[in-house]
Amino acid sequence: MGSSITQQIFQQLVNGLSLGSIYALIALGYTMVYGIVKLINFAHGDVMMVGAYSGWFAITVLHWSFLPALLFSMVACALLGVVIERIAYKPLRNASRIAALITAIGVSLFLEYGGMLLVTAQVRTYPPVFPETMYSIHGVIFKYGDIVMLLTSVILMALLHFTVQYTKMGKAMRAVSFDKDAALLMGINTNNIISFTFAIGSALAAAAGVLMGVYFNTIDPLMGMIPGLKAFVAAVLGGIGIIPGAMVGGLMLGLIESIVSGLGASTWRDAVAFLILILVLIIKPSGLFGKNVREKV
Amino acid sequence: MQKSNVVLGLAVIMLGLVSGCSSAAAPQAAQEIKIGGDLELSGGVATYGQSVLNAVNLAFEDQNNKGGLLGKQLKFITADNKSEAGESTTAITKLITQDKVVAVLGAVTSSNTKAAVPVSADNKIPLITPTATNAEVTVNKDGSLNKWVFRSCFLDPFQGKVAENFVTNTLKLNKAAVFIDQKDDYSKGLAAEFSKDLTSAGGTITDTENYVGGDKDFRSTLTRIKASNPEVLFVPGYYSEVGLIVKQARELGITTPIVGGDGWDSAKLADLAGAANLNDTYYVDHMWAGDPATKPFADAYTAKYKAEPDALAALGYDAAEMLIEAIKTTGGTDPEKLRTALENTKDFQGVTGVITVDPKTHNPIKSAVIIKLVDGKKTLLTHVNP
Repeated sequence: MGSSITQQIFQQLVNGLSLGSIYALIALGYTMVYGIVKLINFAHGDVMMVGAYSGWFAITVLHWSFLPALLFSMVACALLGVVIERIAYKPLRNASRIAALITAIGVSLFLEYGGMLLVTAQVRTYPPVFPETMYSIHGVIFKYGDIVMLLTSVILMALLHFTVQYTKMGKAMRAVSFDKDAALLMGINTNNIISFTFAIGSALAAAAGVLMGVYFNTIDPLMGMIPGLKAFVAAVLGGIGIIPGAMVGGLMLGLIESIVSGLGASTWRDAVAFLILILVLIIKPSGLFGKNVREKV
Repeated sequence: MQKSNVVLGLAVIMLGLVSGCSSAAAPQAAQEIKIGGDLELSGGVATYGQSVLNAVNLAFEDQNNKGGLLGKQLKFITADNKSEAGESTTAITKLITQDKVVAVLGAVTSSNTKAAVPVSADNKIPLITPTATNAEVTVNKDGSLNKWVFRSCFLDPFQGKVAENFVTNTLKLNKAAVFIDQKDDYSKGLAAEFSKDLTSAGGTITDTENYVGGDKDFRSTLTRIKASNPEVLFVPGYYSEVGLIVKQARELGITTPIVGGDGWDSAKLADLAGAANLNDTYYVDHMWAGDPATKPFADAYTAKYKAEPDALAALGYDAAEMLIEAIKTTGGTDPEKLRTALENTKDFQGVTGVITVDPKTHNPIKSAVIIKLVDGKKTLLTHVNP
């Protein structure tokens, strides 16, 4: 079972891409909410966890098949996202940004430990939904789930980009992002637009959660914590608020982590991810895809 | 005159109350032997604590149905340590100072037990942990003995040695890669012993890699391990990560045997790894439910709790039985005498094998089993004597 060095390099690239597509999937929702509302929604990873659990519930308890379960969990989380926004963030819309940020952390902890109370800390397993088919090209191995992950994140990114750039709703979203008060004067119902943004963001998180649950076939109430933070790094790396940036940032982060582990420094993997965050914030805070805009304070 | 009468009257009433209380409580206290349980009933390893609780209740009920012990009924009082070391100290303090227990069973994990050790020593109450396998639970780093602590399980180094012996002598392989949970003393302890013994037996460690408990993606590191061409993979970790590691290793085309320790023992392992992926994997464990010595216990446990006992339950049962045996030998509950009796436990037939306590280290000398997984089901491969 020896493997040549090139084979190893390609295998690591595949590993990195499939890990990266998970990060990208989570980062998409993150970056969109930030792009419109300018709020770093730290509860995003935990909404993903709720999505994973609702999908699990639909599949194992209600015995639904994969697609209905995915839709069910996306709808459930869209509602949850709107509720969170109305209860936790809306009253703070005119407060300082740090207040909303701290509230987001509070919501995140609430979901994590509320979830633990509700479903216990025990790890649950997803039933196999995808065929366990393995493909091998010159000894480089990948599975069906890898392709689904990558394709889903590319498709969702394209859809999201299209929605934001070319639809009426997207235009309204961009208007709200640009100047909330002016948008209101132009007859845009900003409250609805912001709710809509949270609904889409949370539905994306739910999709990521179900896919992650299926891919790793294990879920627990704290599963959103680290991937949530990593997706945040990915979003910042690509330029937070920029949808294609989240995709590229996620894939890059996955590749970098994979290379670090492949070089034998697996325990440094997380440290490297957060080092990247620090470096990006120091050198180019607007990220790879961002334009340097001086912020008005 | 009037006043002193009132005072006298009050005094009489109070005396009556006090004596009334004591007369009501005294016979009850005389009929009970109180034993404490400092257990993980909630938090991260709650299922472990629950297993031990079930098993101890089974042992005590059994004894009580036989007429109790020294003419008294055994009463098990538990305190939840929430799977946290700090809470473990609080729990055992409450058991000893408020509930006045004569001995304490617990905790399940090594770190929670270590947190309880000073309290048992200060109050001179024996503490028996069923499952803390870390060496420093009974013997401190400087070599001094923790006089009041005992256990019914074998130690990490022993497990590492058994695994190495199995790889060298039964599988006849000598090139191993080791994959360690870097956050966990248990995993590191097993790996250190395994690597040391394999090297001195003439084998080689092709690669040593680390992961951090809670990780989900191991493919990059496994790809690296695969490239080092090991004949066998040693993964001493807990089932939640091991399940994913085995699955991802098989998916990457690592077809070698995979070997581990008692952290693998869980019904969840097969769900996580996929039954077929677990073929050609083996682990060291404390007991085999089908053994003649274990079977009556396993049957009784299954009948009562509608679930198969895991190793933790069996060890919990043995810890309870060791204590019962010590109380019988002593003929009383004097802590110092109980301690001596526990220290001199010899050839005690437990459900996890014959236990002899080494007075110098308080560690039991006992056998282990090797479990082979076939299509996700446990099968007994062999017994290993120390």
